[in-house]
Amino acid sequence: MFSFNEIKKSLLVALWFMFLTFPIMVIRVNTIYNTIEWRWGRMLMVGIGSFFLSFLWRFLHKRQETGQKKAEPGETETLTLTQRLITDKRFSIPGIIAISIFALIFPFVFSMYQTNIMTSALIYVVVGLGLNIVVGLAGLLDLGYVAFYLVGAYTYALLNVHFGLGFWMVLPISAFFALLFGVILGFPVLRLRGDYLAIVTLGFGEIIRLVMENWNEFSFGPSGIANIPRPGFFGMELSLHQNIIWVYFVMVGMAIFTIFVVRRLQDSRLGRAWIALREDEIACQAMGIDKRRTKLSAFGLGAMWAGMGGAVFAAKTTYINPASFTLWESIIILCVVVLGGMGSILGVICGAMVLILLPEYLRAFSEYRMLIFGAILVIMMVFRPGGMITAVRKTHQFKGLKDPQSTK
Amino acid sequence: MDYFLELFLGGLTRGSIYALIALGYTMVYGIIKLINFAHGEIYMIGAFTALIVAGILSMLGWNQVLILVIASIIAVIYSSAYGYTIEKIAYKPLRQAPRLSALISAIGMSMFLQYYVLLAQTSNFLPFPNLIPDFKFLEPIEHIVRSSEVVIYVVTAIVMVLLTFLIKFTKIGKAMRATSQDRDMAMLVGVDVNKIISVTFLVGSATAAIGGVLIASHIGQINYYIGFIAGIKAFVAAVLGGIGSMPGAVLGSMVLGMSESFFTGYISSDYEDVFAFLFLVFTLIFRPSGILGRDDTEKV
Amino acid sequence: MMKNHVRKTLAIAAATLFLCLTLTGLGMADTIKMGVAGPHSGDLASYGIPTIKAAELVVKEINAKGGVLGKEVELLVEDDVCTPNIATNTATKLVGDGAHVVLGHICSGATKAALGIYNSSKIVAMSPSATNPALTQSGDYPNFYRTIASDDAQARLEVDFALDVLKVSKIAILHDKQDYGKGLAEFAKSFLEADPRGEVVLYEGITAGAVSYGAVVQKIKRSGAEAVIYGGYHPEASKIVMEMRRKKMKTIFISDDGVKDDTFIKVAGVYAEGVYATGPKDVSSNPMAIAANDAHRAAYGEDPGAFFLNAYAAALALLNAIEQAGSTDYDAISNALKTKNVDTPLGSIRFDDKGDALGVGFSMYRVKNGAYYEVK
Repeated sequence: MFSFNEIKKSLLVALWFMFLTFPIMVIRVNTIYNTIEWRWGRMLMVGIGSFFLSFLWRFLHKRQETGQKKAEPGETETLTLTQRLITDKRFSIPGIIAISIFALIFPFVFSMYQTNIMTSALIYVVVGLGLNIVVGLAGLLDLGYVAFYLVGAYTYALLNVHFGLGFWMVLPISAFFALLFGVILGFPVLRLRGDYLAIVTLGFGEIIRLVMENWNEFSFGPSGIANIPRPGFFGMELSLHQNIIWVYFVMVGMAIFTIFVVRRLQDSRLGRAWIALREDEIACQAMGIDKRRTKLSAFGLGAMWAGMGGAVFAAKTTYINPASFTLWESIIILCVVVLGGMGSILGVICGAMVLILLPEYLRAFSEYRMLIFGAILVIMMVFRPGGMITAVRKTHQFKGLKDPQSTK
Repeated sequence: MDYFLELFLGGLTRGSIYALIALGYTMVYGIIKLINFAHGEIYMIGAFTALIVAGILSMLGWNQVLILVIASIIAVIYSSAYGYTIEKIAYKPLRQAPRLSALISAIGMSMFLQYYVLLAQTSNFLPFPNLIPDFKFLEPIEHIVRSSEVVIYVVTAIVMVLLTFLIKFTKIGKAMRATSQDRDMAMLVGVDVNKIISVTFLVGSATAAIGGVLIASHIGQINYYIGFIAGIKAFVAAVLGGIGSMPGAVLGSMVLGMSESFFTGYISSDYEDVFAFLFLVFTLIFRPSGILGRDDTEKV
Repeated sequence: MMKNHVRKTLAIAAATLFLCLTLTGLGMADTIKMGVAGPHSGDLASYGIPTIKAAELVVKEINAKGGVLGKEVELLVEDDVCTPNIATNTATKLVGDGAHVVLGHICSGATKAALGIYNSSKIVAMSPSATNPALTQSGDYPNFYRTIASDDAQARLEVDFALDVLKVSKIAILHDKQDYGKGLAEFAKSFLEADPRGEVVLYEGITAGAVSYGAVVQKIKRSGAEAVIYGGYHPEASKIVMEMRRKKMKTIFISDDGVKDDTFIKVAGVYAEGVYATGPKDVSSNPMAIAANDAHRAAYGEDPGAFFLNAYAAALALLNAIEQAGSTDYDAISNALKTKNVDTPLGSIRFDDKGDALGVGFSMYRVKNGAYYEVK
């Protein structure tokens, strides 16, 4: 089964990794007590582990390559299993019904803690769908998306502290402010491309966070704003458990709303303009699409969802401070979109679920949590670069004309 | 005037620190158009390796300069090895994939390396011995500029000259430029693209490792997280100067370092990062490809 | 056909997931549950792990003597990584798992976020290290107690020490722009400004994790400050002190309990000499403290870390209050905490109306020959 060549290759890989990880894994130097600790057992572990993993790695790579080769000779685009499952009405409709029932009974079956986590995941779904518009549909790499999330959260918190406005009243205001900021951000970056755009948006994200951190008079600085009220249930007082369930359902509602609107946007003229922008900016302009308006609307409409998500975040955790809105958050949201599948709504939902639920359930591994998380990101991207669920492009087949004058 | 000079030198130090890391970033980007998020971690691993080696050797009582040289060499070897391995595992399979996927892979790799070092070593800050000897002739101005700072300036300048020489006047440099301009064409004219990309990663990582050793000596402490923060700043500097351009990376780093230093010195340290980013934004608005960036006109 | 196969696998997968999730919710035995929440991973883990060890030692001893109210005490340890949003998840988990009392959290920001949840569930929380004054003084959290004095007491001590003992008048105040550090700095600033003997020559925030603090140190030099009061944690403090000393500045460095940590001395090395820092009162002569430290060394083979004795005292206070109250009822426990004294390594303490511990304060320490010594 395993040729000598393969075994030799894996052996070399194992030796390489043993060499590579030697200083950091094996040696622990303590300069204060002047001791050196040699942990040879670890080197053995690395050697054995990498020996077997290299077999697995090569096997998976080969499988991926043969899979790609099969696709090329064919003329029609062969859809993957998941894509077929989604588009096939006979499967997708019962699937949706099953998920809906699951979502409805979820908080009553599972504990408060699980419901809380699921609410977090749903917030990321909404925010991810927003970023999906900017990155997935319009192809604009935004690394500072968390700024809009912050704007939404702080709008609610500050309006509540200064004017006592309730959650429901502020929700549309949050969305509006985020949209405004999105458009403001869009103006300076109209001329920028690719990675330059990424850096500037990163810069904006950091600027907004740092201003919030330092401008104490306005934002209460690093101590943040506490005791933010949760969304009201028709003015009634709720216990903690009931409140968590209520917020969960609010989020489910918002998520459904977001999915609906994003789907409509995707199919609209604007949506197709975004996709055209992503594919080829120059051709897009040549076709008469107003690049400026398309980009600005992408930024603005994308930011809106982050604003709404931010308001719910503030209401859910009841305490916000600038440290919750760092660059790292932007990266996580970006991972949600790319890991799930850029441009695909279902993909983003799956991405959010995996990325948020996974670290919570990996708590059992506590220390190794983030290590596994990083490894999963790399592995997912290497073996499925299109994301978990690649977007299904809507194709319209033009069945040939029944040409009555075919004989000429 | 004294104050101004001190701020200037402080900015030069900052700029050189960013430059040593930015050079690696810009090299890799120039070749495969990838923002190597894990580059900061390579820098960090270089520093850790040097710490371990220096720790062992100083316990054996070796001469300080010798320790510096040996620790640096070993750090360079290991960082390059890590860079090479990372490229083969996380980036090579994604060469044909959309750019964002490679970016996410880089982010994952960055996380993985951070926690790898955290778990294998410790989460605490570790003191890093000052490996750079104090030069006697600098003693009178010790309070203005330290020996370690002077060494950093000199090494940065040397590295920049060497790298520019490599790119412009050697055969490998030519192959690198060809690969960065048009990879398929380079393959057609016989350039071993895989080898060139690996070499780029090796050189970039080596630069980061040297930076790691020097900077750690200067600052005096390291921990698993230093790569991330330094990496982001260095990346900003590289873009500011024009990503893909070697002198641009250094120029961008200097501009960033200086502006931070002067802003802190004359205005306030509170908003120093805000200022740095605003500066970046305004520069890019008026020069969308960075200060020294080539204006890549896209032909249709 | 293939669809059926896929459906079956999906159904089995869903059922297994469902089963797993529900089973985790079950299994509640009849014990007294004490939650321990704090940073157990990440860069602030060294502040949170000693609390777990303290709780473990206390619980082991109490269970050996028959437990509390005849029942065994069980620890529920959860990580909050010192982040407010994760802290709310952690708090929800602890409440859901049935914690009767909570020992935590460690960082002021995370504590603030979690307290709302404990408050509405009527659960007493006691922190060994969260020093933000508003937590007790605002009155928003009647369920919160702590076995450490609050930051305004620290800032007061720092300012008084600088003015009265060191007799300096020009003071520069720095902070790391984070909740804890900035809060302390603001208090110090207001105390100094209120006192005619002192002058704030510089008030700045530094960026935590920056590559170099040369510019700020230059500013300190130019301002002519005789002393620096720094609010923040030890990584930045050690960098600033190193820069200052290498630039041959003799400025006195005074800081807070985030810096009164052996790790600071280890990292700053020889430059740590002469640094002042406030920390919880020295109780090394207290017999219970000696016993607790010995127990730690015996069980874990190393010296205890940050806030160990505070956590030990908190654990004792919480469990003692349940015993005294005769039940796990919130009001009974609160009453017991405020009226009954409990013997701890920090002395015999009880809590005031707001939740602060009576008899617990701060002292000033100085680094001498590589270790912190209390300045009498």
